[in-house]
Amino acid sequence: MLAYLARRIAFGAVVLIGTSLITFAVAFLVPADPAVTLAGAKADPQTLASIRREMGLDKPVYIQYGLYLARALHGDLGRSYIRRESVTTLIEERLPATAILAVTAISLSLLLGIAMGVIAAANRGRTLDHTLLFTSLALVSMPVFWLGTMLLIAGGLYLRSFPLGGFGGPRSLVLPAITLALGSAGYYSRILHTNLTQALDQDYVRTARSKGVSRTGVMLHHAMANALLPLVTLAGLDLAGMLSGVVLTETVFNWPGIGRLAYEAVFNLDVPLIMGTVLFSALLIVIANLVVDVIYVWLDPRISLAETR
Amino acid sequence: MVRLRIETLGAAMVIGLLVIALFAPLLAPHDPTRAVAATYGDPGAPSLAFPMGTDQLGRDVLSRIIFGARISMTVAIAATAITMLIGVAIGLAAGFFGGAIDLALMRFTDVMLSLPVLLLAMAFVTVLRPSLGSILFVIGLVSWTSVARVVRAETLSMSRRDFVVASNALGASAPRLIGRHIVPNVAPIIIVMAALGVSGTLLLEAALSFLGLGIPPPAPSWGRMIEEATIYFRTAPWLAIFPGFAIFYAVLGFNLLGYGFLARREQ
Repeated sequence: MLAYLARRIAFGAVVLIGTSLITFAVAFLVPADPAVTLAGAKADPQTLASIRREMGLDKPVYIQYGLYLARALHGDLGRSYIRRESVTTLIEERLPATAILAVTAISLSLLLGIAMGVIAAANRGRTLDHTLLFTSLALVSMPVFWLGTMLLIAGGLYLRSFPLGGFGGPRSLVLPAITLALGSAGYYSRILHTNLTQALDQDYVRTARSKGVSRTGVMLHHAMANALLPLVTLAGLDLAGMLSGVVLTETVFNWPGIGRLAYEAVFNLDVPLIMGTVLFSALLIVIANLVVDVIYVWLDPRISLAETR
Repeated sequence: MVRLRIETLGAAMVIGLLVIALFAPLLAPHDPTRAVAATYGDPGAPSLAFPMGTDQLGRDVLSRIIFGARISMTVAIAATAITMLIGVAIGLAAGFFGGAIDLALMRFTDVMLSLPVLLLAMAFVTVLRPSLGSILFVIGLVSWTSVARVVRAETLSMSRRDFVVASNALGASAPRLIGRHIVPNVAPIIIVMAALGVSGTLLLEAALSFLGLGIPPPAPSWGRMIEEATIYFRTAPWLAIFPGFAIFYAVLGFNLLGYGFLARREQ
């Protein structure tokens, strides 16, 4: 187990280094001169030169990258050009709003997705199954920002039951969470449906049925145990993805999370903030992958550690 | 039987979309770029003359959506072509050659998979400046990963089949093996991935447009129409409702097509 963990962590490190290389390359392509961005267009050459020296911009690219990596390892992702604050602090400030939204949305989508998947699988081949298949594909096909806008118009404008965006109180959470949850719910129900129908064809299910266990009993006790496992993986990775900011939903609902932060960073060409949010996102996904892999091995004894890469 | 219905429905929806895009000038009641309503300056509500209303510049929304099909379909299909080119090349190479090449390519794919797609696309488009070319390029660059993985898995299982092994033993060259034996057998999954890819690129293009990083005006892309509508969503919700429905329809059509075939393969 320790050797397996070590291998997974080493791979995670490789992914993070790859990510940092890609973000650094993007940052390098940005046409704006960071020194000018910081000091303003009217700054005299002396000030610019001293800023460049201070930031290490006068050094070769590979040294700049090395410095960046060394600082990042100590949790220092640099300072935002526009907000003049540490990128780490900015991400920390925005994390709670995003976390509340992400956790609510994932819980909601799991609830809905599992319900739809189980009902569809229990009614295999019937009209209800096909209706749910179509519904789940329709949920997956909706553009998130459009769904959010429609919910705003319906729930905020006509029903007047929910605020028209912003962050404050449980009421403000409802519409963004639904917006974010519906797409994943459709996807989860598809995956669960496929896994359940496969599991229901297995020998152990037939054995249980012949021993007199009811259809529902088999479904809930025998098939579910196996079918839920891949869903754990997916939901874990999705949660990590959402925690790193949900740009579209946060933009539609004016939600003060990391997604909006990243959106503003891109528009202001705030290079350290762009790199910081992308790296943070990759870090979360690497951690989620690690956790999910370990849980997997722990939950399913059939997966041998030697076989998993 | 029923799987067939899902695909058929998807195919019908896609064909309908292509017909609309192709015959847009014949089908659209008005010029999509000209002010045609008397309500110039204010969005006009849907009426008999303008079933989907008019926008803040007095242009007919229905006509803009019909012409928008051209832009959206062109972008989606071209971006998918780029996505498929990268994904299929990487998947074929990794699956066929195996060993160090496979390891390197798949690790690279894993790195790309850990990156936030939309954020990366936003950063690239901002740096390159939004234009048709840059948007196609960026969408292709960030969305090939799942194609590469699926094609690699298929290629891997194909290259272990007897007919490929035999052909290899008879001295067939790598290009011949790939071209004559692997590609024709991997083609079905490539087509399915392409259908699903179009729905993915449609959504990504719409999202970029919504964030103000779409193809520059006056081209009426559906995503841009929603972006322009957001400031009017209190007074003129139809400006956002109809273009979004067009995106939803197009994405659903391609998804039904792709998932329908995928489900049939799994049976």
